[in-house]
Amino acid sequence: MIEMILHAALPILIVVTAIIAVLFKDLVSATIALAAMSLLLSLEFYILQAPDVAIAEAGVGACLTTAILIISIKATKRMEDE
Amino acid sequence: MSEMSKIVRTISNSLFPFIMIYGLYVIMHGHLTPGGGFQGGAVVASGCALMLVAYSSGWVFKKVKESDLSVLESIGAIGFISLAFLGIGVTFFYNFLVGSNLLFGEIPPAGPNTGNLNTAGLLPLMNLSVGLKVIAGLFAIVAVMAFVASRGMRKK
Repeated sequence: MIEMILHAALPILIVVTAIIAVLFKDLVSATIALAAMSLLLSLEFYILQAPDVAIAEAGVGACLTTAILIISIKATKRMEDE
Repeated sequence: MSEMSKIVRTISNSLFPFIMIYGLYVIMHGHLTPGGGFQGGAVVASGCALMLVAYSSGWVFKKVKESDLSVLESIGAIGFISLAFLGIGVTFFYNFLVGSNLLFGEIPPAGPNTGNLNTAGLLPLMNLSVGLKVIAGLFAIVAVMAFVASRGMRKK
């Protein structure tokens, strides 16, 4: 039962966080939304019985990409211009 | 790049050993549990990137040089390919350690996974080589990115 709920809810949450990441004008907030999308994606991989891909996605997608984006945002301006 | 606040640095200091141990566990148990060289290496490189974001890039480059990372990456690649060539007497990638009394030489019984670490022959050694290469490669990418970004900020 709880697996059915997760299978229904996780794709919707992934799409919602992706749209939120596009809509934010604050680039750090957009990066955190992208990290949340990667974390939900790794949870989706895990409930689809692919724990290998889930670990790789959590390491590369949710952590290293966020670190690279935060480093590059620190070297530029934080807010996106209109 | 300047270092972050004291709260961030303290939390990073206390989280860093757990991330390291988890990543090394995933590498070492690559032949028994999900994950392997690439996944564990990505986790360890994530822990190193955490320290890079929390502290400055100059602080990290005082501890480890980029040429050292390059050497580690080459050691991983050379170790993997030479382990593959060691069994060239039979075939490429021949697993000659299985069944011998050397390292990782036991043969597990048929059936479900017993979790015996001392099995699988060459595979744990190859996982260690791949893990070393992935740690050095991914950390070098992030570290060089942070170093170049901080140098660009100083010029401004």
